[in-house]
Amino acid sequence: MDKLLDNILVVDFSQFLSGPSTSLRLADMGARVIKVEKPVTGDICRTLYVSDVMLEGGESTIFHAINRNKESFVADLKETASLESVKKLLNHADVIVHNFRPGVMERLGLDYEKVKVMNPGIVYGEISGYGQEGEWKDLPGQDLLAQAVSGITYLTGSGEEAPVPMGVAVADIIAGTHLTQGILAALFQRMRSGEGSLIQVSMLESLLDFQFEVLTCFLNDGNDLPVRSKVNGAHAYIAAPYGIYQTADGYLAIAMAPVTKLADLLQVNALCGYTNPQDWFNKRDEIKAILAKALSTKSTAHWLAILEPEDIWCADVYDYDRLIVSEAYKLLKMEQWVTSNGLKVKTTRCPVRVNGKSLTSPKGAPSLGENSREIEDEFDL
Amino acid sequence: MQLPLADIIVLEFCQYLSGPCAGLRLADLGARVIKIEHPLTGEGGRKLAIKNMWVDDDNSLLFNTINRNKESFAIDMGNAGDMVWLKKLIGKAHVLVHNFRPGAMERKLLGYEDVVKLNPSIVYAQISGYGEAGPLHKKPGQDLLVQSLSGLTYTTGSASDIPTALGLGIGDYLCGNQAVQFIIAALIKSKKTGKGTLLQLSLLESLIDFQFEFFTTYFQSHKMPQRAGFNNAHALLSAPYGIYKTSDGYIAIAMVPIRQLNKILQSKALEQYDEQDCFRKRDEIKKRIAEKIATNTSQYWLQKSKELDLWVMPVLNWKEMSATAGYKVLDMEQTIKLPGNKAFITTRCPVRINGRILKSGKAAPQVGENNAGIKASLS
Repeated sequence: MDKLLDNILVVDFSQFLSGPSTSLRLADMGARVIKVEKPVTGDICRTLYVSDVMLEGGESTIFHAINRNKESFVADLKETASLESVKKLLNHADVIVHNFRPGVMERLGLDYEKVKVMNPGIVYGEISGYGQEGEWKDLPGQDLLAQAVSGITYLTGSGEEAPVPMGVAVADIIAGTHLTQGILAALFQRMRSGEGSLIQVSMLESLLDFQFEVLTCFLNDGNDLPVRSKVNGAHAYIAAPYGIYQTADGYLAIAMAPVTKLADLLQVNALCGYTNPQDWFNKRDEIKAILAKALSTKSTAHWLAILEPEDIWCADVYDYDRLIVSEAYKLLKMEQWVTSNGLKVKTTRCPVRVNGKSLTSPKGAPSLGENSREIEDEFDL
Repeated sequence: MQLPLADIIVLEFCQYLSGPCAGLRLADLGARVIKIEHPLTGEGGRKLAIKNMWVDDDNSLLFNTINRNKESFAIDMGNAGDMVWLKKLIGKAHVLVHNFRPGAMERKLLGYEDVVKLNPSIVYAQISGYGEAGPLHKKPGQDLLVQSLSGLTYTTGSASDIPTALGLGIGDYLCGNQAVQFIIAALIKSKKTGKGTLLQLSLLESLIDFQFEFFTTYFQSHKMPQRAGFNNAHALLSAPYGIYKTSDGYIAIAMVPIRQLNKILQSKALEQYDEQDCFRKRDEIKKRIAEKIATNTSQYWLQKSKELDLWVMPVLNWKEMSATAGYKVLDMEQTIKLPGNKAFITTRCPVRINGRILKSGKAAPQVGENNAGIKASLS
């Protein structure tokens, strides 16, 4: 199958997750991605041991998830000869990605203005934590810290409990997603104009965009802060029954549903009085408390068998053990094996199907400097 | 400045958030986005409000937030005359995106196979809840339900909490944003080869991708990632990673070596731990950190952290955030003008191009607002 991106060379200076998730997606689309890594340690993510799980050889599982389907070129950017090699390589690049703190690429002479002189068609993508100016610009662009200042921690969890961060690196992933959008748009424009572009995103702006619906509400209602539901909070702005409930043997998620219809189907008399739909928001805590008590008495399967045939928006709540044995998951064929330096690693694939086919690639993450020699030869560095 | 997607026509057969947020981004990048709506009802999202906030009798603020900077072409797909107009428009478009349940567009003879005959270079993106087949494909593709089925609710909250939903429509939002990526990539291919592309996305696949670090770790260990028992912020990370209560608020502490952290905490109880303990004993370590953090103000700890360049930041709500210079310098807000001298404030596109931010003051259209102009251009 022909790829979406052919003959696109991405030179990626980024580390950890935000920038590398951009180049991973570009690689999935068919681009060739060369990671430029510092000698000895490489991308810090290689040795960022998360949890107590690591691969044979001691590398972190997340490094392999993020960096499959890429090549590795080692260069010490503080050393003149290496820096010159990298500059030569950049003459051949279509895209640059970096997520250094503001000022670092300028000091290396690798900022957009300089690179553009050498390579006018370059699409130069950069991710910062908090933008290129202002009081926070030099602070570490780290996921939890960006979540903390963005207000997003007051949207998850319940009632008066402490702010709850999203337990996935959401700022990194969304900023990486936005950078990919900008880079691709710039590549498209280059086909018409011949000129490259500078594309900038920051983790904070990306988290603000993620909150655009509820933040717009805040900006127009006299700056009323969100109030999380006291009972099984799932979305601060949505009425009862919206939430996840404990059952006798597990959990049940219920999205938007008329409370009167639920009262009827579940035969909960205490809910029958809530006939005014406005109360479903204003009195959501008491409604959800009644519902929580009722649902705790029988199994998840029992409730699903009553609610699903009546088109109530509800679902079981899976952990990974249950998800991966489900028919729906198996049909998606989300898993793929990649090989990294002889080691087989199972990971997930690109989530998008193109012309009916999943995009997979057996190529695993490169070992540090695995492709240095051949890249030097190929580009005469 | 010419925007990168200038002259690109996108037809949006979408409702609510996943598809419409893709259309919004394409519009902000310069595309002309035309919503295809039923003449009487319009998009379902028009009547969906949060906090009962409306811009006029027929349209919620929520709808306007997601659908600003677009046009509307009202078409009754059951009417043969209307379908002639629609097919003409499809012939001129570059992108078609829909988020109907699987089979709906095919029944209207507007599936990819039909549309590509009308326009061989079309980029056709479809968004479903769970894919086009299988036991879930008829289930509503609703965000909370997909979060619940994807394992995601076991990543957030602490170990003793029940599964905790992320408090925003992450499945819708991420899937829509991934659609934007692939639509533009397919436009590049279409421009090069003249060939169209079918793109299929689902909220479930997007949320599995969102958790790719967790899944890859799980595939090696065969063990569910366990949320920290205390102040969880990421199930795979060790102490101190989390949000801590101070005497007057909250601070977030990211990756900080425990010995470094203790330079500012000065806790005797923490001295017995070193870096190797920080995952296995994270709960007891975090509790000891919390005891100490609670004894002083946020400002005190932030100042101490700054001196040692430790990764610590304040936890802000929107009021506090929007008062900071760090927020203001981003110039993140824009005003959208409405008829009758009304206006509302919303956020702008998060991507900067050549140092410039992208704003557009154009409001969401009324149903069929652009019918006359579009028909004139097709005649």
